[in-house]
Amino acid sequence: MNRINKLFQDKKENILSIYFTAGFPNLNDTVKIIQALEKNGVDLIEIGMPFSDPIADGPTIQHTSEIALKNGMSIKLLFEQLKEIRKTVNIPLILMGYFNPVLQFGVEKFCKTCNNIGIDGAILPDLPLNEFSENYSEIFTQNNLNNILLITPQTPAARIRQIDEASKGFIYMVSSSSTTGAGKKADDFQTEYFENIRQMNLKNPRMIGFGISDHAAFANACKYAGGAIIGSAFVKSLNVKSTIEESISYFINQILN
Amino acid sequence: MNYNINEKGYYGEFGGAWIPEMMFTNINELKTKYLDIIESETFKNEFDCLMKNYVGRPSPLYYASRISEHYGSKIYLKREDLNHTGSHKINNTIGQILLAHKLGKTRIIAETGAGQHGVATATVCALKGIKCIVYMGALDVSRQAPNVNKMKMLGAEVIPVNSGNKTLKDATNEAMRDWINNPEDTHYIIGSVVGPHPYPDMVARFQSVISAEIKNQLKEQTGNEYPARILACVGGGSNAAGAFYHFLDNKCVELIGVEAAGKGVDTHETAATLTVGTPGVLHSSKTYLMQNNDGQITEPYSISAGLDYPGIGPMHAHLFKTERAKYLTATDEEVLQAALLLTQKEGIIPALESAHALAALNKIKMNPDDVNIVNLSGSGNKDMATYMNWLAY
Repeated sequence: MNRINKLFQDKKENILSIYFTAGFPNLNDTVKIIQALEKNGVDLIEIGMPFSDPIADGPTIQHTSEIALKNGMSIKLLFEQLKEIRKTVNIPLILMGYFNPVLQFGVEKFCKTCNNIGIDGAILPDLPLNEFSENYSEIFTQNNLNNILLITPQTPAARIRQIDEASKGFIYMVSSSSTTGAGKKADDFQTEYFENIRQMNLKNPRMIGFGISDHAAFANACKYAGGAIIGSAFVKSLNVKSTIEESISYFINQILN
Repeated sequence: MNYNINEKGYYGEFGGAWIPEMMFTNINELKTKYLDIIESETFKNEFDCLMKNYVGRPSPLYYASRISEHYGSKIYLKREDLNHTGSHKINNTIGQILLAHKLGKTRIIAETGAGQHGVATATVCALKGIKCIVYMGALDVSRQAPNVNKMKMLGAEVIPVNSGNKTLKDATNEAMRDWINNPEDTHYIIGSVVGPHPYPDMVARFQSVISAEIKNQLKEQTGNEYPARILACVGGGSNAAGAFYHFLDNKCVELIGVEAAGKGVDTHETAATLTVGTPGVLHSSKTYLMQNNDGQITEPYSISAGLDYPGIGPMHAHLFKTERAKYLTATDEEVLQAALLLTQKEGIIPALESAHALAALNKIKMNPDDVNIVNLSGSGNKDMATYMNWLAY
């Protein structure tokens, strides 16, 4: 069974997913960060594949992507780094990034490599539902790779149903209309939208992301969904202590307690 | 062969709407409404009226006798530089501001490279009393100061963009991010035939006034509405799209787009996307891109800020792939020489962008009786600092 599906089968609430950009702060931190996240009780990890033109991201992820690319990160190298990852961790892993680098790597080769390594899902924000369903859905399924789709406060109900139909794993609920790391406060979130979606009884579990930066925002999001995703706030915190491991331990503790 | 957009928003294999979900509602609204709106009688009347009385259309089609003599063939200039605000960009912004008004939008955003599209957008926003925000790469802000000042005087807010190469691509990223953050009240006036469907088709339709007029004017002046060839510079490709539009299905008319070679297509300092690029997805469109093997977009270079873009409109990608149009390149140096030649033989100072089309006259075979149209897309007023710098050198 796909590890994402297994996670949502076993755990129904307070699921914490963490995003980080591969290649940041240093090129070879990837495995170290994954191991530390699992050890500190994170449930799910989104590994960012940096892109030169991340239009859905705010300044924080833009910055980490730029550094990661300067450090020499690429999909090819990332797969190289993750080759042995299943020997040390069991946490569900998702690759997140923009479509062009995946297209150049080869979509089929990308899905196959994910399957071989033990990657459980992909989030490609600029691969829209229609293109995915028409051209790539089959390749993803064949490789046991869940494609995670997004919804926003503007997504019409009928489209949410279509996205629910096409989704495997969970639905990524963008908290408010924004790029990542917008820094809106927990009480600014459109709880009405969260509640409306909750009442739709979708077949997929939901995770709330974008702008979740602290314990209060995480706890609030968890009231309306299976859990929440933290990205920008996490990557910003990677240097607060003297080592990455300590920084991660400190940050995750703050979020969970 | 069909050169127009299909029902899925593709030109052949290029185009589409590779948008993040955050942009879906806005793009879907545009996609479902744009044709009904722009083909309605009220819209057409308003558009035509502004084109005539505000922009000053039709723009002249001028037989340039002294450069014709120089090249030994008949050269006509389509004078888009004489439009209000000094370039073809106003054709599109007039269309889109009327559309935005019909959609009930109260805030306009735009990206700009040379500043021509920014000025054209700020102008129509002033005309309609709508708030205007223009994103412009920080490098372009410094090299196109006169246009920055114009936008400010017109009441627009100009936001310098410091990411990436600080040019047009980065300004476009930032405008898209603004739209994601402001999904309710804002319309994004994209300045070229790029971006997600329906933008490439919508912008091409607004710019198609150029080729519609060329046909009428040629018929009037020569008795034949079809020229031997049309030359236009290509960055994103909107002036070329407009100049080619009504001739696409007539194979007797040779269509030539001219890309910016920068310091040469064999150097890394170039913006000749079709010449050096490969297919991929950027700014929500599948088209040719300048990119490395990992699919990261590489930084373009051109002396002209308006052509300094690592992608190209999907329509041109299709015309290139199907060989309906030919795409040549011109280097910075060739462009400056061509601009000087036009200035001193015809008394017309062209924009650096448009001078790329002029430079290509040296690179093609023309018969003495051929009628050659060069789309003179913009005026050189904004480029005087660059010209003076070069002449002094």
